[in-house]
Amino acid sequence: MTQIIERPPMHGDDVPEPRGPMLTSLPRAAHSTEVPASFNLTMAQAINRALHDAMAADERVLVFGEDVATLGGVFRVTEGLAETFGEQRCFDTPLAESAIVGIAIGMAIRGLVPVPEIQFDGFSAPAFDQMVSHLAKYRMRTRGDVDMPVTIRIPSFGGIGAVEHHSESTESYWLHTAGLKVVVPSTPSDAYWLLRQAITSRDPVIFLEPKRRYWTRGAVDTNVPPLPIGRAAIRRSGADVTVVTYGSLVATALSAAELADQHGWSLEVIDLRSLNPLDFETVAESVRKTGRAVVMHEGPRTLGFGAELAARIQEELFYDLEAPVLRATGFDTPYPPARLEKLWLPGPDRLLDCVERAMEQP
Amino acid sequence: MAEVSAASTSVDLEPVQLVAPDGAPTSEDRYTRDLPPETLSWLYELMVVTRELDSEFINLQRQGQLALFASCRGQEAAQVGAAACLRKTDWLFPQYREIGAFLLRGIAPAQMGAVWRGKWHGGIGFTERCCAPIAIPIGTHGLHAVGAAMGAQRLGEDSVTLAFLGDGATSEGDAHEALNFAAVFKAPCVFFIQNNQWAISTPVSHQMAAPSIAHRAIGYGMPGIRVDGNDVLACYAVTAEAAQRARDGGGPTLIEAITYRVSPHTTSDDPTRYRSQAELDHWLALDPIARYRAYLQAAGVWTERLEERVAAKSKRLRTELRESVVDADDFDVAEMFDTVYHDITPDLVRQREHLRAELSKEWLGERSDGRAGV
Repeated sequence: MTQIIERPPMHGDDVPEPRGPMLTSLPRAAHSTEVPASFNLTMAQAINRALHDAMAADERVLVFGEDVATLGGVFRVTEGLAETFGEQRCFDTPLAESAIVGIAIGMAIRGLVPVPEIQFDGFSAPAFDQMVSHLAKYRMRTRGDVDMPVTIRIPSFGGIGAVEHHSESTESYWLHTAGLKVVVPSTPSDAYWLLRQAITSRDPVIFLEPKRRYWTRGAVDTNVPPLPIGRAAIRRSGADVTVVTYGSLVATALSAAELADQHGWSLEVIDLRSLNPLDFETVAESVRKTGRAVVMHEGPRTLGFGAELAARIQEELFYDLEAPVLRATGFDTPYPPARLEKLWLPGPDRLLDCVERAMEQP
Repeated sequence: MAEVSAASTSVDLEPVQLVAPDGAPTSEDRYTRDLPPETLSWLYELMVVTRELDSEFINLQRQGQLALFASCRGQEAAQVGAAACLRKTDWLFPQYREIGAFLLRGIAPAQMGAVWRGKWHGGIGFTERCCAPIAIPIGTHGLHAVGAAMGAQRLGEDSVTLAFLGDGATSEGDAHEALNFAAVFKAPCVFFIQNNQWAISTPVSHQMAAPSIAHRAIGYGMPGIRVDGNDVLACYAVTAEAAQRARDGGGPTLIEAITYRVSPHTTSDDPTRYRSQAELDHWLALDPIARYRAYLQAAGVWTERLEERVAAKSKRLRTELRESVVDADDFDVAEMFDTVYHDITPDLVRQREHLRAELSKEWLGERSDGRAGV
């Protein structure tokens, strides 16, 4: 490199420069096509398999966080990684969420691919500064010079009878932060593939795991990815009302749709999968057909993602709408104690109330 | 797993000093001041050019060409000494005041000036020189340095990282987490704290109740060392020792360099509201450049020719900075969309188009560059 002020030869100059420290190149098609690989897995198992496969495919991938190595994670999602890949690649950290994200940034600067875990949604708050001020902005601050291929896994959302700070919806914070991508799986197959895709992404991805669905089983084909990040899935076709949701509530919306049928209301259920990038085209196409939309999420109503979606739908589809866009959400209170959470969380009742109001519009 | 670290349990309050304020060598014999003459004059050149460039920055700010500038005047020895002992492939994690370290890495005035001109956050192209972009939030980049050092461990390198922090930064939670993680993982990371006595208006005595910043190292289980931050050879020697220890697998070191922020915190600050002229005079008498020049003169390394070379280099770089600030175009506004993600999102594509469309309109009359009426 050229010097502005000529540097005298110094000790260590003969050491080769570790520029672009790529141990291997990023796998474009990381899956093997040799063996048919279809499994019936819980979502927790699917995530575990995705981590195993990602670490096997690319030795730059590192997994770390609180209790992820020896214990295998409090939900056993990281079980076996330390044994398989060694303590350099999967390791326990001291209890410090800001540091967990902060060191991930430093590792990414050096060309590694960190996949840290924040143990529970509520504990992402101490990491907020690193995520918002650094992780999200690093690429832009360096004018595109530095990739941030960091995937932060956060077991998220409520419905498991947990103590305080273990049931939070944090997606609005990350969605309001330019530079982050946010994905939320609802099925074991999506959990596997969205995580694999997040890890190969050169942008930071916040991967919110609906812990209420960790034990839901489903088929996972590890050879064929279903859809890329940035595409929504229509989980149920219907003619009357579009329900837009993600994560834990996809299953809730699907069961509500069965009940709605009995009232003669046909619901179309869209699973966003990826909140940013957002597949608004799929939403728009559905609403053009149904003329009605209800957005459903767990987090508080005010400035939740439903507010953005409702604004966007009325901005772009105003003349297609038969009724106002409605929101079935949590309330603008702190997440309640476990004995009250069933009353707080949006369930089929709250969704069907919205559907009824949408259908009754003159 | 339950090993108890045998790291040092004491810190010498007396800073390491190799050259006294009058330029005479001290009796300190644990470290060498015996560097090759070309290295000695290189350090001198870096310090003087740093100060000259710093002055040019202040001039440009006063002339309205820069919104703000944070001067490093008085801290040249600390910055240059710490960065000079490293390999060019060792990573630096600076704050925003480390002109000496930037110059040393071959980062051009235009690349630094982009920050203060408001052309681009972080500086331009710093990472190509194994230097992280500047970090305005205080203390947060210490964790990036630790992560990079842990990365180097995993990449099988023997490189080290050096984090520049300030006295104020040591009060931040992230600085604590960085020091703790570095110690736990034996990360090859050197924490170089420029204790310049003031965090804007808050004196170091108000940052902590510990005997010194270096004393905190005891609690983390790493060596802590105090060094005269206005003595470039002492900063060089102490940092070189810490870097070698890190390279050899001995883990991190906390260095507290005692120096002084001669200038205001930034060009927007008025230090007469919180510190005395007597204090400033005391530190001006300890000027790092005058001290080092006296040492070099006595050692026979300083020559008229060296001074001329340094003056010519200073002049050239001052001009380079001025031209880069005053004459260079701003970046295209599309870059603020295009650099957010590697794979731009559909929404950002739309918003970029919206801005282009907005710029083509003329609600406020003349508005071809989008700036009129702001």
